[in-house]
Amino acid sequence: MTLWIWLLIACVLAYAWKLVGYFVPAKFLEDPRTSRVAGTMTIGLLASLTVVNAVVSGQALAADARLGALAAAAIALVLRAPFLVVVVAGAGTAALLRILGWN
Amino acid sequence: MKLLASPAVRVGISISIATGLYGVSFGALAVTSGLNFWQTMVLSLLLFSGGSQFAFIGVVAGGGSGLAAMSAATLLGMRNGIYGMQLNALLRPTGWRKYVGAQLTIDESTATSTGQTDPAEQQRGFWTAGIGVYVLWNLFTAVGALAGSGLGDPRQWGLDGAAVAAFLALLWPRLKGREPIAIAVVCAVATVVAVPFVPPGVPILVAAVVAALVGWFSHGRRDEGLEPDVEPYGTHGHGHHQDRHGEHQDRHSDHQDRLGGPERRRGTDPEARA
Repeated sequence: MTLWIWLLIACVLAYAWKLVGYFVPAKFLEDPRTSRVAGTMTIGLLASLTVVNAVVSGQALAADARLGALAAAAIALVLRAPFLVVVVAGAGTAALLRILGWN
Repeated sequence: MKLLASPAVRVGISISIATGLYGVSFGALAVTSGLNFWQTMVLSLLLFSGGSQFAFIGVVAGGGSGLAAMSAATLLGMRNGIYGMQLNALLRPTGWRKYVGAQLTIDESTATSTGQTDPAEQQRGFWTAGIGVYVLWNLFTAVGALAGSGLGDPRQWGLDGAAVAAFLALLWPRLKGREPIAIAVVCAVATVVAVPFVPPGVPILVAAVVAALVGWFSHGRRDEGLEPDVEPYGTHGHGHHQDRHGEHQDRHSDHQDRLGGPERRRGTDPEARA
């Protein structure tokens, strides 16, 4: 139930961000630092989410089949595969490694 | 039929299909990370921003709290505010169009619109990509959510690996140059270091703070990381936007040049698509 509440708050705030751009005069937001923080935070959050999903298990670090998925995704991206192919490569590699006994 | 002759509409449609399709992976991952069908759908219908949606379920899947999930999604949504500012200067929507347009303000619609130089094409690009992605993203989220809930153990299918791949794929197009790579590495390290000391989900917020500090105190490109995660017009060399400058000297050029943003490098080259 509480997840619903946080989820709806996230939806409201996401729309609020979008709307801010249309209603706040550009003057207030044109400080180059605002754009830069939005950009560096996007990079930082995505990098962090990648790492958390690859090697974190609760409050510990773990090396398991997800590392294989990370490597496979990186190779697919270097080969300029589209998003869906990258995701399937990650899933397939993790599944395969588990069949081979590496958790 | 006449609409299909518009390059912005054609690009908007192809972007919609490509992006819509990966809604399947979001839907499937969302239900396997513990959300129910309607929670998954509400994220796609109301939150409607791929990166933030993946962030929300990514934190939940890792055992993080709802508060941490909401915070990560919200911080990642900040860039949509910057896109909104660019689009407002570019499209000048009025009345209800502002409110609907705001909901459709995402990487894909911004990139499709700002990649055009003709104001009419910018309008068509925004609305085609915005509405197209919205409809298909939600449709395929539903497909993924229904399929995902019938899969049984998600680990057996490597769906946790799919999440890792999805985040790397969202990050990848933003790693152009030494600085964004350095930021990514620093934030990855900050995350790993924080893991044993704080509750699940919080290391992601620690990384966000680190990234924000880097952005605030360093002096790199001001639109770093604001490359949308799609390249509707393919990759163009850096030299291009200088050639294009002349074409932008109309009513919105002032904002364009000061705000920076995707169009600065993403740019369009009408000849290339003709």
